[in-house]
Amino acid sequence: MDKSFFEASARERLLGVVDPGTFREFLPPPARVTSPHLARLDQPVAFDDGAIVGDAQLDGRSILVGAQEGRFLGGAVGEVHGAKLVGLIERARAMPVAPAAVILLFDSGGVRLHEANAGLIAVSEVMRALLRARIEGIRFIGLIGGSSGCFGGTGLLARCCDALVMSEEGRLAMSGPEVIETVRGVEEFDARDRALVWRVTGGKHRFLQGEIELLVADTTRAFRAAALALLAQRGGLELEDVEREHSFLRRRWERFGACDDALDIWRGLGVADPSSVPLLGTEEFVDLARPLRNRP
Amino acid sequence: MEELHVEIPSRPQGRTRDAVLVGVVASGHCEILLERRAADAVPDRCIVTVHTSAHGFGPIWGAVLDDCAERHALGGLKIEIHDVGATPAIVTLRMAQAIEAWEEAHG
Repeated sequence: MDKSFFEASARERLLGVVDPGTFREFLPPPARVTSPHLARLDQPVAFDDGAIVGDAQLDGRSILVGAQEGRFLGGAVGEVHGAKLVGLIERARAMPVAPAAVILLFDSGGVRLHEANAGLIAVSEVMRALLRARIEGIRFIGLIGGSSGCFGGTGLLARCCDALVMSEEGRLAMSGPEVIETVRGVEEFDARDRALVWRVTGGKHRFLQGEIELLVADTTRAFRAAALALLAQRGGLELEDVEREHSFLRRRWERFGACDDALDIWRGLGVADPSSVPLLGTEEFVDLARPLRNRP
Repeated sequence: MEELHVEIPSRPQGRTRDAVLVGVVASGHCEILLERRAADAVPDRCIVTVHTSAHGFGPIWGAVLDDCAERHALGGLKIEIHDVGATPAIVTLRMAQAIEAWEEAHG
């Protein structure tokens, strides 16, 4: 059945992406590893702290996989949530035979404000573990298409991955729309303007900006197929890779830094009718965008 | 947070399996964890623990859970709920979902 990735819970997404019956969870809900910070604040906790991690197979190949539950505190990263991701990555490094990939299903607004510094440290620990594992050749594939998007510290984590897959419904950015509006005013960014939010953070824009490998339809089946297609690519992180990325970002900034809206960027890339982009179906859009988009 | 503990009679649940988790901890919702009680536990009673952010609804929880225990075979199970103000209708639906997942052949 073609289930919506956006509508599904983190558990449903994860189980739909990996081979049926192969998922083995680390620290499953009965372990009750919940947030001590939320308990101290007399706030509700979740059995898995909004992070599901474990090993599984994808097309018969061994992988590690993690998923964030975007509906629990916006998928925000607390101490336990972050430690589960760090543990998953450390396991990838410790396995006698490295997994074919670590697949992360992001759905998170960033750091969990209740946990303040512990949450911030958790994100930086995940980032450090991830980059160390990448240097050792372990490959990270991020999937973004959940209801809370991928913002703040989690946005940074996503961009540390080797490759990202998004749906049009997915959103990826550093500061989220509400944060920008709060800090810079509604004239700078109207967070209630949904068309603007998706134009600036949505999957189509990220595909045109060259930040993601694949844009897929909003189905768990499509995300699984995309993750499979990316399994074969090589891993590794060398100085030249970082330098190439930096010069790509510099060129992009020089070319588009003065643009006020994503529509201006799309026009600058050669999209004939930028205002039609949000209405295009996924396949139609990808055909149009693939030859035009920014690439490192 | 308020914590409620109840032990209610229910038909014995025949199936044994790994724990089942349904639902989500979010405003107006709840998550429910079903586990098998220890082997020597009484087979026709279930124990329920509720952690809820909505204080003072103990009698309503009692009524909702009694109703669930009558509809479903919960005997021998341990049920733990994290609640953020779910209505009785939501709790009833989530309980039905949880027990359906428990009894599903390929869960």
